[in-house]
Amino acid sequence: MSEFLSSHRADIAAIVILILTGLFIWSIYYGLRRTRTLDNQQVFGDPERTLGGWFWAVCGVSSLLLVWFYFSWGTARAFFPNAANEMCQVAKVDEALTPITSKLPLGDRYYKSTEILVRNRQQIIDLEEQMPAGVYASTEEKMLFSILDRNKDLLAIFSDSSQKSSATRQALEDIHLRLVGLSEAIEAGYKGLAPTPEALAQPRWGVTDSEIPMLPQTARGVLFDNSADQARKIAADFLKIRNLPDGAATIIASVKADIESLKQADKNYSGTEQDLASRKAYLKAVERIFKRLDDGTIFPSASMAQINLDIAQIQDSVKSQTTSLRVIDALFLPGEGVVKSRTLCVEQGSSRWLPKPTDVVAKFALLANPDLENGGGYKGTVLFWWKWLEIADVVDFLIPDGLIDMLPGDYGIHNDQAEFVKTYKDHLLALAQGDVYLGVVPMLDGHIWDSMFRVIVAMAFGVLLGVPLGIYMGVSRFFKSFFDPLIELYRPVPPLAWAPLILTIFGIQDDGKIFLLFMVAFAIMVISARTGASGTQLSKIRASHSLGASNKQIIRHVILPNALPEILTGVRISIGVCWGTLVAAEMLAGTTGIGFIENVARTVSDYELIWVTILIMGLLGLLFDLAMRFAISVLIPWRGKG
Amino acid sequence: MADLSCKNLSMTFTNPANGAVVEALKDINFTLKKGELLSVLGPSGCGKTTLLNMIAGFLNPSSGKLALGDKAIQGPGVERGMVFQQGALFEWLPVARNVDFGLRMKNLDAEASEKLVNKWLDIVGLTGFGDTPTYQLSGGMQQRVALARCLVNDPELILMDEPLGALDALTREKMQSLILELWKETGKTIIIITHSVEEALLLGERLFVMAPRPGRIHKEYNLPFAERGLKTSLREIKQQPDFSQVREEILTMIWDMEEEIMGNV
Repeated sequence: MSEFLSSHRADIAAIVILILTGLFIWSIYYGLRRTRTLDNQQVFGDPERTLGGWFWAVCGVSSLLLVWFYFSWGTARAFFPNAANEMCQVAKVDEALTPITSKLPLGDRYYKSTEILVRNRQQIIDLEEQMPAGVYASTEEKMLFSILDRNKDLLAIFSDSSQKSSATRQALEDIHLRLVGLSEAIEAGYKGLAPTPEALAQPRWGVTDSEIPMLPQTARGVLFDNSADQARKIAADFLKIRNLPDGAATIIASVKADIESLKQADKNYSGTEQDLASRKAYLKAVERIFKRLDDGTIFPSASMAQINLDIAQIQDSVKSQTTSLRVIDALFLPGEGVVKSRTLCVEQGSSRWLPKPTDVVAKFALLANPDLENGGGYKGTVLFWWKWLEIADVVDFLIPDGLIDMLPGDYGIHNDQAEFVKTYKDHLLALAQGDVYLGVVPMLDGHIWDSMFRVIVAMAFGVLLGVPLGIYMGVSRFFKSFFDPLIELYRPVPPLAWAPLILTIFGIQDDGKIFLLFMVAFAIMVISARTGASGTQLSKIRASHSLGASNKQIIRHVILPNALPEILTGVRISIGVCWGTLVAAEMLAGTTGIGFIENVARTVSDYELIWVTILIMGLLGLLFDLAMRFAISVLIPWRGKG
Repeated sequence: MADLSCKNLSMTFTNPANGAVVEALKDINFTLKKGELLSVLGPSGCGKTTLLNMIAGFLNPSSGKLALGDKAIQGPGVERGMVFQQGALFEWLPVARNVDFGLRMKNLDAEASEKLVNKWLDIVGLTGFGDTPTYQLSGGMQQRVALARCLVNDPELILMDEPLGALDALTREKMQSLILELWKETGKTIIIITHSVEEALLLGERLFVMAPRPGRIHKEYNLPFAERGLKTSLREIKQQPDFSQVREEILTMIWDMEEEIMGNV
């Protein structure tokens, strides 16, 4: 079932997009109609104007999802499932021609030859001026100047179209003809071409890890795939061409000989170390320039112009065959489109970091699978499931061993018969160490549960300790003034600033995180309980005194219920803050939890996983808040009505 | 025996910041016999609420003696019930739990307290409202709950701090009749503080007109209208010539006091 859904995700996306578009249009129509009737009854600013309006929520959610589908290229994949594959083939042609285009104005603004020439000529002139004084004999100096002059001559010969050797001329002509042939082949179209069965058997776009299938799956794709093969061969041959006219060859030989003789002179040089060093450095600079010229990669611009035209012609031919593809690219693939890089075709644009909604759902389904042996869960832990929890483990956690040590009496000893005589303390110790089997209880399990568990435990401690303290701070000058500075000093520190310290002291597992969250929840609970308690109406307090209530009864029956709305608001706020802090703390350290998953996903750039965790966090936060809102409406219906 | 006696009662407030002393009340002397209905009237700032708070035990007098019967008043107590202007109901409890609050604090058994609650809800005219949340009641009904909550404890003295101040005219008149009825039926001693001269006349067997700076009893009246109100309608009484005469006299008195205060400022 899931296999089927996974391999048909493009079709599912298409249906979903159509439904969303329908909902989007319908909600706008319905919303406008409702607004028109209601506007007559409500002036601008009337709070009633914000009530209801679920149809605008439908509109908002559907437009958000549509934007997501669009920018993740989900729309393109749903309605043009072959587009990426075809664009990949076109990209292959582009890539195959790159060795040629990178030497032409088409790909790089200037001819590569122009760039080499301009740069080296300037360096030759610079070298003429920088020749070190007093270290060369006059003959040597003359020889060096002559070498530099001959380098300039080389540049002139290379640039002169008429001095090309016939072999070079022939090779360039050959390339020109083959490029024209390629261009014509593309123009001829793709009639009669057909994809191979092997190509058709490839997984569809987005179903595998490599995203876009590489082999052409359409006739047009086959045309471009073939053209790319052709272009690759042409480019390889093009790179082999050298421009070394006869005149250049003699100059190169004579310069080589002169440089060699100067090197010999350096070996026998008897001057100072310093002079020798500057001689060697200068000669090295001269030789470096010469080495750049002697491989014959500078061509006359006139002879390259034809190649430039040919490539432009090929690009036009490609365009003439891809009109529909380019419309799809412009409309549905925001970004640079499909690009071939090394062995893969990749999506270049917003979809690189924004996975398609259907892919995110598929990823979530993969994670949510509780079957760890068959690829479910993440890093050895399920996402959200249940397990049998041994009660002994809980007892082990709750009762510290030291507590047993403090009990009266001694632990067992061995007697004369070499038997171990147990006392009651030994039995208790076994219990405290979790060695006694006490049965099992079903318990939730998984990354999500681990995160929730941390928040829930920390909240429980925060409420149990924070509310009583807050209430006493609300009624007692001593409590208020004594604890106020302590809490107000640690509370404004961002919780994450505590994290390195707390995690060092309490460990990176549950203990440290729970304590960190407890600190957050405690401060908020104290402050909200205090505000609630000190906000009790004096007349209510006086009334209860007159009705015979004791101080304790007043706290229990008047101040506490009166503070309940504030306390629940505090719980709501601290759950939100705890949740945010927890995820960040889990990203810092740990081996389970939602934040942990996202942190791992971040290090391997798994954007789908990152989005899955983000959505899980958002949904859980929303769930917590909805639960709190429900609890508030049930527990304190009198809120705001006293 | 349970008379309220007040001897040389004075109250001064000291501002801890600058040591300024305000004489809220000075040398108050009176005795209120069991079953008397006293209304206290006066311009704002004359210390009538301070007096009531001291009798309730919320404030300790600076000097002088306050006693209910032979017991000196120290701190709040069940024998002195209090009804506040806004009811001061516990909005998190339904009507019946508000009414039996005092009984629950005493741990009275549920059956007995239920009987008492129903009895008092009947008397104040809220039969069947036991489970209603108090925030759903109208202002008049809330004050009825407050009355029932106070009376269910069977206090010897009932203190009312402008109990009808926040009600509309019609409800107010109904509540005035109710208070008179309760007074008649229970025979409790009642002190009512009010801003309204008419109300003070109607609900006061005795009436203190207080004057400010320092707060003191300016004039004391013994009035027949409360007794009359038990038999005739309150509206009729208001039209009787002797009622109008006293009303005008007191109004002039308070008017003069207010003028004096304004002049001093």
